[in-house]
Amino acid sequence: MSRESIKAFKYAFIQSVPVLFGYVFLGAAFGILLQKAGYNYIWAMFASLTVYAGSLQFVLVSFLSLGTALTTVALMSLFINSRHIFYGLSFIERFKETGKAYPYMVFSLTDETYSVLCSLKVPDGINKNTVMFLIALLNHVYWVAGSVLGALIGQMIPFDATGIDFSMTSLFVVIFLEQWKSSRNHTPALIGFASGIFFLVIFGPDNFLLPSLVATVVLLTVCRPFIKFREEK
Amino acid sequence: MNAALHSVLIILTASVCTILTRVAPFALFGRKKEVPGIIKYLGTILPSAIIATLIVYCLRNSISLKPPGGFAEVLSIMVVVILHKWKRNTLLSIAGGTIVYMILIRFVFV
Repeated sequence: MSRESIKAFKYAFIQSVPVLFGYVFLGAAFGILLQKAGYNYIWAMFASLTVYAGSLQFVLVSFLSLGTALTTVALMSLFINSRHIFYGLSFIERFKETGKAYPYMVFSLTDETYSVLCSLKVPDGINKNTVMFLIALLNHVYWVAGSVLGALIGQMIPFDATGIDFSMTSLFVVIFLEQWKSSRNHTPALIGFASGIFFLVIFGPDNFLLPSLVATVVLLTVCRPFIKFREEK
Repeated sequence: MNAALHSVLIILTASVCTILTRVAPFALFGRKKEVPGIIKYLGTILPSAIIATLIVYCLRNSISLKPPGGFAEVLSIMVVVILHKWKRNTLLSIAGGTIVYMILIRFVFV
Protein backbone atom coordinates (compact mmCIF):
# COMPACT_ATOMS: atom_id res chain seq x y z
CA MET A 1 0.00 0.00 0.00
CA SER A 2 1.25 3.44 -0.85
CA ARG A 3 1.87 6.05 1.78
CA GLU A 4 -1.11 8.01 0.55
CA SER A 5 -3.57 5.18 0.88
CA ILE A 6 -2.33 4.45 4.40
CA LYS A 7 -2.99 8.09 5.25
CA ALA A 8 -6.47 7.85 3.72
CA PHE A 9 -7.19 4.64 5.60
CA LYS A 10 -6.07 6.12 8.90
CA TYR A 11 -8.23 9.17 8.38
CA ALA A 12 -11.26 7.12 7.30
CA PHE A 13 -10.88 4.79 10.27
CA ILE A 14 -10.79 7.64 12.80
CA GLN A 15 -13.95 9.13 11.26
CA SER A 16 -15.69 5.78 11.48
CA VAL A 17 -14.89 4.97 15.13
CA PRO A 18 -18.24 6.21 16.53
CA VAL A 19 -20.02 3.96 14.03
CA LEU A 20 -17.72 1.08 14.98
CA PHE A 21 -19.11 1.00 18.53
CA GLY A 22 -22.69 1.53 17.48
CA TYR A 23 -22.68 -1.06 14.70
CA VAL A 24 -20.85 -3.77 16.61
CA PHE A 25 -23.27 -3.41 19.53
CA LEU A 26 -26.46 -3.22 17.45
CA GLY A 27 -25.19 -5.79 14.96
CA ALA A 28 -24.47 -8.18 17.84
CA ALA A 29 -27.97 -7.62 19.23
CA PHE A 30 -29.32 -8.50 15.78
CA GLY A 31 -27.10 -11.60 15.57
CA ILE A 32 -28.20 -12.84 19.00
CA LEU A 33 -31.86 -12.31 18.09
CA LEU A 34 -31.49 -14.10 14.79
CA GLN A 35 -29.67 -17.00 16.44
CA LYS A 36 -32.43 -17.23 19.06
CA ALA A 37 -34.96 -17.43 16.23
CA GLY A 38 -33.08 -20.47 14.87
CA TYR A 39 -30.83 -18.86 12.25
CA ASN A 40 -27.07 -19.24 12.69
CA TYR A 41 -24.15 -16.91 11.92
CA ILE A 42 -24.23 -17.71 8.18
CA TRP A 43 -27.75 -16.29 8.03
CA ALA A 44 -26.63 -13.29 10.06
CA MET A 45 -23.80 -12.68 7.62
CA PHE A 46 -26.06 -13.15 4.60
CA ALA A 47 -28.69 -10.71 5.93
CA SER A 48 -26.18 -8.07 7.05
CA LEU A 49 -24.25 -8.24 3.79
CA THR A 50 -27.26 -7.99 1.49
CA VAL A 51 -29.88 -5.99 3.42
CA TYR A 52 -27.59 -3.75 5.47
CA ALA A 53 -30.34 -1.66 7.08
CA GLY A 54 -30.45 -1.66 10.87
CA SER A 55 -34.05 -1.11 11.88
CA LEU A 56 -35.38 -3.21 9.02
CA GLN A 57 -33.18 -6.17 9.97
CA PHE A 58 -34.62 -6.18 13.48
CA VAL A 59 -38.13 -6.41 12.07
CA LEU A 60 -36.83 -9.03 9.66
CA VAL A 61 -36.08 -11.40 12.55
CA SER A 62 -39.74 -11.60 13.43
CA PHE A 63 -40.68 -11.82 9.74
CA LEU A 64 -38.34 -14.79 9.37
CA SER A 65 -39.61 -16.66 12.41
CA LEU A 66 -43.25 -16.05 11.43
CA GLY A 67 -42.66 -16.85 7.74
CA THR A 68 -44.30 -13.56 6.78
CA ALA A 69 -45.65 -13.10 3.23
CA LEU A 70 -43.23 -11.47 0.77
CA THR A 71 -45.64 -8.62 -0.06
CA THR A 72 -45.65 -7.53 3.58
CA VAL A 73 -41.86 -7.81 3.68
CA ALA A 74 -41.54 -5.73 0.49
CA LEU A 75 -43.90 -2.96 1.58
CA MET A 76 -42.39 -2.84 5.05
CA SER A 77 -38.87 -2.58 3.60
CA LEU A 78 -39.90 0.22 1.24
CA PHE A 79 -41.72 2.10 4.01
CA ILE A 80 -39.07 1.76 6.70
CA ASN A 81 -36.35 2.79 4.28
CA SER A 82 -38.27 5.57 2.51
CA ARG A 83 -36.09 8.06 4.38
CA HIS A 84 -33.10 6.87 2.33
CA ILE A 85 -34.46 8.80 -0.65
CA PHE A 86 -33.41 11.97 1.15
CA TYR A 87 -29.97 10.76 2.00
CA GLY A 88 -29.28 10.07 -1.66
CA LEU A 89 -30.52 13.49 -2.73
CA SER A 90 -27.63 15.16 -0.92
CA PHE A 91 -25.07 13.07 -2.79
CA ILE A 92 -26.40 12.85 -6.36
CA GLU A 93 -23.52 14.84 -7.85
CA ARG A 94 -20.90 13.94 -5.29
CA PHE A 95 -21.10 10.15 -5.63
CA LYS A 96 -20.65 10.30 -9.40
CA GLU A 97 -17.11 11.48 -8.81
CA THR A 98 -16.21 8.30 -6.93
CA GLY A 99 -15.83 6.36 -10.20
CA LYS A 100 -15.79 2.60 -9.79
CA ALA A 101 -17.04 2.89 -6.22
CA TYR A 102 -20.23 4.67 -7.34
CA PRO A 103 -22.65 1.67 -7.18
CA TYR A 104 -21.29 0.63 -3.80
CA MET A 105 -21.59 4.17 -2.41
CA VAL A 106 -25.27 4.19 -3.40
CA PHE A 107 -25.88 0.71 -1.97
CA SER A 108 -24.19 1.36 1.36
CA LEU A 109 -25.69 4.74 2.26
CA THR A 110 -27.12 3.93 5.71
CA ASP A 111 -28.22 6.50 8.31
CA GLU A 112 -24.85 6.34 10.02
CA THR A 113 -22.72 6.45 6.86
CA TYR A 114 -24.81 9.37 5.66
CA SER A 115 -24.20 11.33 8.85
CA VAL A 116 -20.45 10.66 8.80
CA LEU A 117 -20.15 11.59 5.11
CA CYS A 118 -22.17 14.77 5.63
CA SER A 119 -19.86 16.06 8.32
CA LEU A 120 -16.70 15.05 6.45
CA LYS A 121 -13.97 17.65 6.02
CA VAL A 122 -11.02 15.88 4.44
CA PRO A 123 -7.73 17.76 4.83
CA ASP A 124 -5.59 18.53 1.78
CA GLY A 125 -3.26 15.78 0.63
CA ILE A 126 -5.76 12.98 1.27
CA ASN A 127 -7.93 11.67 -1.56
CA LYS A 128 -11.52 12.49 -0.63
CA ASN A 129 -13.05 9.82 -2.85
CA THR A 130 -10.91 7.12 -1.28
CA VAL A 131 -11.86 8.31 2.19
CA MET A 132 -15.57 8.26 1.38
CA PHE A 133 -15.34 4.76 -0.03
CA LEU A 134 -13.32 3.48 2.91
CA ILE A 135 -15.75 4.94 5.45
CA ALA A 136 -18.67 3.28 3.66
CA LEU A 137 -16.79 -0.02 3.48
CA LEU A 138 -15.54 0.03 7.09
CA ASN A 139 -19.06 0.71 8.40
CA HIS A 140 -20.41 -2.23 6.40
CA VAL A 141 -17.63 -4.44 7.79
CA TYR A 142 -18.46 -3.39 11.37
CA TRP A 143 -22.12 -4.21 10.83
CA VAL A 144 -21.44 -7.66 9.34
CA ALA A 145 -18.78 -8.44 11.98
CA GLY A 146 -21.13 -7.39 14.80
CA SER A 147 -23.98 -9.58 13.54
CA VAL A 148 -21.76 -12.63 13.03
CA LEU A 149 -20.21 -12.10 16.47
CA GLY A 150 -23.66 -11.84 18.06
CA ALA A 151 -24.89 -15.01 16.36
CA LEU A 152 -21.74 -16.88 17.46
CA ILE A 153 -21.95 -15.60 21.04
CA GLY A 154 -25.60 -16.62 21.16
CA GLN A 155 -24.59 -20.06 19.93
CA MET A 156 -21.52 -20.66 22.09
CA ILE A 157 -22.44 -19.12 25.42
CA PRO A 158 -25.71 -20.69 26.48
CA PHE A 159 -26.88 -17.76 28.60
CA ASP A 160 -30.54 -17.00 29.01
CA ALA A 161 -31.03 -14.15 26.56
CA THR A 162 -34.79 -13.88 27.07
CA GLY A 163 -35.76 -10.24 26.77
CA ILE A 164 -32.73 -9.19 24.68
CA ASP A 165 -35.20 -8.49 21.87
CA PHE A 166 -36.27 -5.45 23.85
CA SER A 167 -33.17 -3.78 22.36
CA MET A 168 -35.26 -3.46 19.19
CA THR A 169 -38.08 -1.68 21.03
CA SER A 170 -35.51 0.54 22.74
CA LEU A 171 -33.89 1.38 19.42
CA PHE A 172 -37.22 2.43 17.93
CA VAL A 173 -38.08 4.49 21.02
CA VAL A 174 -34.74 6.31 20.69
CA ILE A 175 -35.31 6.98 16.97
CA PHE A 176 -38.83 8.13 17.83
CA LEU A 177 -37.52 10.58 20.46
CA GLU A 178 -34.92 11.98 18.06
CA GLN A 179 -37.52 12.48 15.33
CA TRP A 180 -39.97 14.00 17.78
CA LYS A 181 -37.33 16.51 18.79
CA SER A 182 -36.34 17.44 15.25
CA SER A 183 -39.84 17.91 13.83
CA ARG A 184 -42.20 20.72 14.62
CA ASN A 185 -45.26 18.80 13.54
CA HIS A 186 -46.10 15.71 15.57
CA THR A 187 -49.27 14.76 13.64
CA PRO A 188 -47.50 12.08 11.50
CA ALA A 189 -46.09 10.36 14.60
CA LEU A 190 -49.50 10.45 16.30
CA ILE A 191 -51.26 9.15 13.17
CA GLY A 192 -48.77 6.26 12.91
CA PHE A 193 -49.25 5.40 16.57
CA ALA A 194 -53.06 5.67 16.52
CA SER A 195 -53.34 3.66 13.32
CA GLY A 196 -51.10 0.95 14.81
CA ILE A 197 -53.22 0.65 17.97
CA PHE A 198 -56.49 0.80 16.00
CA PHE A 199 -55.59 -2.03 13.61
CA LEU A 200 -53.96 -4.07 16.40
CA VAL A 201 -57.29 -4.07 18.23
CA ILE A 202 -59.24 -4.94 15.07
CA PHE A 203 -57.00 -7.49 13.33
CA GLY A 204 -54.90 -8.80 16.22
CA PRO A 205 -51.09 -9.02 16.61
CA ASP A 206 -50.42 -11.22 13.56
CA ASN A 207 -52.23 -9.29 10.84
CA PHE A 208 -52.33 -5.63 11.77
CA LEU A 209 -49.04 -4.31 10.38
CA LEU A 210 -49.80 -4.11 6.67
CA PRO A 211 -53.30 -2.56 6.87
CA SER A 212 -52.00 -0.14 9.47
CA LEU A 213 -49.11 1.00 7.24
CA VAL A 214 -51.34 1.39 4.20
CA ALA A 215 -53.88 3.37 6.23
CA THR A 216 -51.09 5.60 7.53
CA VAL A 217 -49.81 6.41 4.03
CA VAL A 218 -53.34 7.08 2.75
CA LEU A 219 -54.22 9.25 5.75
CA LEU A 220 -50.99 11.24 5.48
CA THR A 221 -51.52 11.79 1.75
CA VAL A 222 -55.11 12.92 2.27
CA CYS A 223 -54.12 15.18 5.16
CA ARG A 224 -51.30 16.77 3.17
CA PRO A 225 -52.97 20.21 2.87
CA PHE A 226 -53.35 20.33 6.65
CA ILE A 227 -49.92 19.13 7.65
CA LYS A 228 -47.27 21.79 7.42
CA PHE A 229 -43.81 20.32 7.31
CA ARG A 230 -40.37 21.76 7.36
CA GLU A 231 -38.64 21.01 4.10
CA GLU A 232 -35.36 19.25 4.46
CA LYS A 233 -32.33 20.78 2.88
CA MET B 1 -42.99 -23.79 0.35
CA ASN B 2 -39.73 -24.94 1.87
CA ALA B 3 -39.10 -22.92 5.04
CA ALA B 4 -35.40 -22.26 4.34
CA LEU B 5 -36.16 -21.14 0.81
CA HIS B 6 -38.88 -18.82 2.08
CA SER B 7 -36.37 -17.36 4.55
CA VAL B 8 -33.86 -16.73 1.75
CA LEU B 9 -36.61 -15.05 -0.27
CA ILE B 10 -37.60 -12.86 2.69
CA ILE B 11 -34.01 -11.65 3.07
CA LEU B 12 -33.59 -11.11 -0.69
CA THR B 13 -36.90 -9.21 -0.88
CA ALA B 14 -35.78 -6.95 1.97
CA SER B 15 -32.43 -6.49 0.24
CA VAL B 16 -33.88 -5.61 -3.17
CA CYS B 17 -36.42 -3.18 -1.68
CA THR B 18 -33.75 -1.51 0.44
CA ILE B 19 -31.56 -1.13 -2.64
CA LEU B 20 -34.55 0.35 -4.50
CA THR B 21 -34.96 3.07 -1.86
CA ARG B 22 -31.24 3.84 -2.02
CA VAL B 23 -31.04 3.85 -5.82
CA ALA B 24 -34.30 5.81 -6.31
CA PRO B 25 -32.96 9.34 -5.75
CA PHE B 26 -30.00 8.72 -8.08
CA ALA B 27 -32.13 7.08 -10.77
CA LEU B 28 -35.08 9.50 -10.59
CA PHE B 29 -33.44 12.82 -9.87
CA GLY B 30 -29.96 12.30 -11.24
CA ARG B 31 -30.67 14.50 -14.26
CA LYS B 32 -33.42 16.90 -13.31
CA LYS B 33 -33.09 18.62 -9.98
CA GLU B 34 -36.78 19.03 -9.17
CA VAL B 35 -38.16 16.50 -6.68
CA PRO B 36 -41.98 16.09 -6.84
CA GLY B 37 -43.73 17.63 -3.86
CA ILE B 38 -45.56 14.49 -2.82
CA ILE B 39 -42.28 12.51 -2.67
CA LYS B 40 -40.63 15.26 -0.66
CA TYR B 41 -43.62 15.35 1.64
CA LEU B 42 -43.92 11.59 2.21
CA GLY B 43 -40.18 11.14 2.58
CA THR B 44 -40.10 13.78 5.28
CA ILE B 45 -43.10 12.75 7.33
CA LEU B 46 -43.38 8.97 6.74
CA PRO B 47 -40.38 7.98 8.89
CA SER B 48 -41.82 9.36 12.12
CA ALA B 49 -45.21 7.76 11.41
CA ILE B 50 -43.62 4.40 10.57
CA ILE B 51 -41.42 4.40 13.66
CA ALA B 52 -44.48 5.04 15.84
CA THR B 53 -46.22 2.07 14.17
CA LEU B 54 -43.10 -0.05 14.67
CA ILE B 55 -43.17 0.64 18.41
CA VAL B 56 -46.73 -0.71 18.44
CA TYR B 57 -45.46 -3.67 16.40
CA CYS B 58 -42.80 -4.43 19.02
CA LEU B 59 -45.41 -4.37 21.77
CA ARG B 60 -48.08 -6.26 19.82
CA ASN B 61 -47.93 -9.38 21.97
CA SER B 62 -47.60 -7.66 25.33
CA ILE B 63 -50.27 -4.99 25.26
CA SER B 64 -53.45 -6.33 26.85
CA LEU B 65 -56.04 -5.46 29.45
CA LYS B 66 -55.24 -8.59 31.45
CA PRO B 67 -52.32 -8.40 33.93
CA PRO B 68 -49.40 -8.00 33.58
CA GLY B 69 -50.61 -6.30 30.37
CA GLY B 70 -47.25 -4.92 29.34
CA PHE B 71 -46.17 -3.31 32.60
CA ALA B 72 -42.55 -4.40 32.19
CA GLU B 73 -42.52 -2.97 28.65
CA VAL B 74 -44.03 0.37 29.66
CA LEU B 75 -41.63 0.75 32.61
CA SER B 76 -38.62 -0.11 30.44
CA ILE B 77 -39.71 2.34 27.75
CA MET B 78 -39.90 5.00 30.47
CA VAL B 79 -36.30 4.12 31.42
CA VAL B 80 -35.24 4.55 27.76
CA VAL B 81 -37.00 7.94 27.57
CA ILE B 82 -35.52 9.20 30.85
CA LEU B 83 -31.99 7.98 29.99
CA HIS B 84 -32.24 9.55 26.55
CA LYS B 85 -33.54 12.89 27.85
CA TRP B 86 -30.74 12.88 30.39
CA LYS B 87 -27.63 11.81 28.43
CA ARG B 88 -28.86 11.63 24.81
CA ASN B 89 -26.51 8.71 24.20
CA THR B 90 -28.19 6.18 21.90
CA LEU B 91 -26.21 3.16 23.07
CA LEU B 92 -26.68 3.98 26.75
CA SER B 93 -30.44 4.42 26.30
CA ILE B 94 -30.82 1.13 24.40
CA ALA B 95 -28.58 -0.87 26.74
CA GLY B 96 -30.19 0.63 29.87
CA GLY B 97 -33.74 -0.06 28.72
CA THR B 98 -32.92 -3.60 27.62
CA ILE B 99 -31.13 -4.48 30.88
CA VAL B 100 -33.98 -3.08 32.99
CA TYR B 101 -36.45 -5.09 30.90
CA MET B 102 -34.46 -8.31 31.28
CA ILE B 103 -34.33 -7.78 35.06
CA LEU B 104 -38.03 -6.93 35.31
CA ILE B 105 -39.25 -10.02 33.47
CA ARG B 106 -37.04 -12.24 35.61
CA PHE B 107 -37.65 -10.88 39.08
CA VAL B 108 -40.68 -8.60 39.12
CA PHE B 109 -43.26 -9.59 36.52
CA VAL B 110 -42.50 -13.31 36.41
